Amino acid sequence: MGDHQHGPAKGMLRWLYTTNHKDIGTLYLWFSFAMFLLGGFFAMVIRAELFQPGMQLVEPAFFNQMTTLHGLVMVFGAIMPSFVGLANWLIPMMIGAPDMALPRMNNWSFWILPPAFLMLASTLFMEGGAPAFGWTFYAPLSTTYAPPSVTFFIFAIHILGVSSIMGSINIIATVMNMRAPGMTYMKMPMFVWTWLITAFLLVAVMPVLAGAVTMMLMDIHFGTSFFSAAGGGDPVLFQHIFWFFGHPEVYIIILPAFGVVSQIIPAFSRKPLFGYASMVYATASIAFLSFVVWAHHMYTVGMPVAGELFFMYATMLIAVPTGVKVFNWISTMWRGSLSFETPMLFSIGFLVLFTLGGFTGLMLSIAPADFQYHDTYFVVAHFHYVMVAGAVFSMTAAIYYWLPKWCGRMYSESMGKIHFWISFIGFNITFFPQHFVGLAGMPRRIPDYALQFADFNMMSSIGAFIYGASQLLFLYNVIATIVSGERVSDEKVWDGAEGLEWTVPTPAPYHTFEEPPLVSKPAGTF
Amino acid sequence: MGRIFSGVLLALFASFTAAQNQVNMSPGVTEIGADIFELHMLIMWICVVIGVAVFAVMFYSIYAHRKSRGHEASQFHESTKVEIAWTVVPFLILIGMAVPATSTLLEVYDNDEAELDVLITGHQWKWKYEYLDETGENISFFSNLTTPQEEIYNTEAKGDHYLLEVDEPLVIPTNTKVRFLITANDVIHSWWVPELAVKRDAIPGFINEAWTRVPQEGIYRGQCTELCGAYHGFMPVVVHAVSPEEFQAWQAAKRGAAQAESQLAMQTLSADELMAQGKAVYETSCGACHGAQGEGGIGNAIAGSSVVMGDLSQHMAIVAKGVAGTAMQAFDAQLNEVELAAVLTYQRNAFGNNTGDIVQPGDVTGMSNG
Repeated sequence: MGDHQHGPAKGMLRWLYTTNHKDIGTLYLWFSFAMFLLGGFFAMVIRAELFQPGMQLVEPAFFNQMTTLHGLVMVFGAIMPSFVGLANWLIPMMIGAPDMALPRMNNWSFWILPPAFLMLASTLFMEGGAPAFGWTFYAPLSTTYAPPSVTFFIFAIHILGVSSIMGSINIIATVMNMRAPGMTYMKMPMFVWTWLITAFLLVAVMPVLAGAVTMMLMDIHFGTSFFSAAGGGDPVLFQHIFWFFGHPEVYIIILPAFGVVSQIIPAFSRKPLFGYASMVYATASIAFLSFVVWAHHMYTVGMPVAGELFFMYATMLIAVPTGVKVFNWISTMWRGSLSFETPMLFSIGFLVLFTLGGFTGLMLSIAPADFQYHDTYFVVAHFHYVMVAGAVFSMTAAIYYWLPKWCGRMYSESMGKIHFWISFIGFNITFFPQHFVGLAGMPRRIPDYALQFADFNMMSSIGAFIYGASQLLFLYNVIATIVSGERVSDEKVWDGAEGLEWTVPTPAPYHTFEEPPLVSKPAGTF
Repeated sequence: MGRIFSGVLLALFASFTAAQNQVNMSPGVTEIGADIFELHMLIMWICVVIGVAVFAVMFYSIYAHRKSRGHEASQFHESTKVEIAWTVVPFLILIGMAVPATSTLLEVYDNDEAELDVLITGHQWKWKYEYLDETGENISFFSNLTTPQEEIYNTEAKGDHYLLEVDEPLVIPTNTKVRFLITANDVIHSWWVPELAVKRDAIPGFINEAWTRVPQEGIYRGQCTELCGAYHGFMPVVVHAVSPEEFQAWQAAKRGAAQAESQLAMQTLSADELMAQGKAVYETSCGACHGAQGEGGIGNAIAGSSVVMGDLSQHMAIVAKGVAGTAMQAFDAQLNEVELAAVLTYQRNAFGNNTGDIVQPGDVTGMSNG
């Protein structure tokens, strides 16, 4: 076994060869932040063009490349890898395991990501330009009518699918086999639960996405007609396959975010999570329902009315377990002893804005009303409330919450609070008016718009620049913390924090739980 | 920072003082539109009430149960009764929403007994309207954006209906059940008129149905709502609802014009006539891709093109049949003989091409279905 106390290898190659869950978690987090800035840059181009009616900065074809890459980079490059990074850092420490179950595969599942995104980004410089068919890449716009770079896009999707599947198998294997003695399933922290369920969702749907892009590849290069009506295929089939992946995908993004908030709210309420068991059941119900609601993205494709009714009712049902979660979080806060450090602020921001996005989601589930909402800015507003104020706010809360544990230094609380308020205000200035222009009739994915949408679009763009700038403050705060933050040495950085990760020294040593701890108390008990 | 902030305030101020900023869905002019609007408002208000109640509890807690006020944390953490209550109550509220939603949806799907059928075909980037007539004398035409490039590229002031104006709108009679049969020629489009509450995807190989009955005369504007390529934002829908009498007169006039045009196709036109019409056709059908000055863009340059300056039959074949696998469409389905002849003549003589070739409608007969 050798020396138990050894630290990381020296030099840059440490990062290439590492099989340590903490190193790999760090790699994932930095990579996802780089992708967040890249995707954010694309968003700034979009908002700059939409600042005023008329074409000013880019051509319509390039605008479409920006919306496409913005979506792809944010979903697959920023949000998903960031939560995988968090899982890598935290799951072993939360269940009392020394590392992930499959450490070499862990290294591989990270290191295939950067080449995949490099390839995707390189399509911008190819003849015919980058993919310009939206992140949902509906055929035949993405097949017969696609630029030649679509083949690189397909290969990139395949690689990141492989990465996600390996990452998920690793998480499932770790959670199922490496829990410390006494850590039963119903004692696991909520974050571990939500990730376990998410990992199953990923294993189930990433192959479906791979199937969809493979069928595209066949249509483009090998003369098949899966999605071409002229050859006897079916363009709507593409949408069914895509959304059979795509709807679980949005829960893949949001469930770990639920997990994070379920750790942070109890810590700053100094009170255990209310309704732990019902939270687990609600998460599982949401995951199950996510497989039977996909066609609510397709109300206008001309499905039979029986299909519309089924998908409408099933979609409305999701409001029940989601509501249970929101009520549980608020009951956790109720009669607690609340304090409002940056992680808590972002969690409350999440709670309010995610719920708002949930309400518009419920409105969108109503099929006849969706005929008016579908593919307008109302939808854009809805999913940015759940993706940005949901997933990104929760991820930001997670970084502030666990960063002191990871590096043994405290971030600047005042800068964190300023970051929160600028983000919160900037986000709402950006996306709240988009509800209005959507309801008033502005379609999404257009580079230029009619004059009645001008004022709100200008507001939205100003908000986007504010929100974008606030992320640079975040970057600065994180780097400043790592380099020169005030040292903390308490095992429990936060007085209300509960869980095994707070029992190891601060900063967390390179290897933790080489001897498994004995768990007797239920999760989050005080 | 200060300037940005004052910019935000200004935008806010402008937004809430200017009357034209619509913040809600339009109830539209049709019965279905009004039903959908009521449904939308009902669900929105239910959400608002629930939201206010839930967040009132949260903000009270944030105010009253703070550590800085010395509040001690209780340690309660479950209650089966409460959990059951907040599972069952939302479920009942959802049933209350599902009932009106279902009945409105069934209405939307009632496509029977239409008095007029219009086939709508989405093309990159224009709509084609075809009035299906039992006699087989269908009226059909394309509806192109008329907003000039100068307005889009900000060299001229933008008009009132910027991006929402077309050369030939869809004309339908009021108080008549009109059924739309919606399909597409290339990629998926979506035909939407907010005030009629009709949105249906136009999918190649499929024919979707939708319908409307417009009670009042007027001009209703909408847009394509499914990303369909570079000029997705530039294919508006404009519907003129006119009285049934006016509609009859319009149909008769369209039939007359179609006959006159087919006679014109048998004549020989002068170079000036061909160039003038060719310029107009070029600007609506070619300019977006090939550039207003033939300089190219999404499509190849026309100025100095070896195709345009080379063999006429090859040039004609490309314009009429398109180039498979590219954005170059088959224009024989969109332009009639006169228009094809004119645009070929124009391309061969404009932008310094000066080949001196004159193409007559008779030369392209057989290439066109338009």
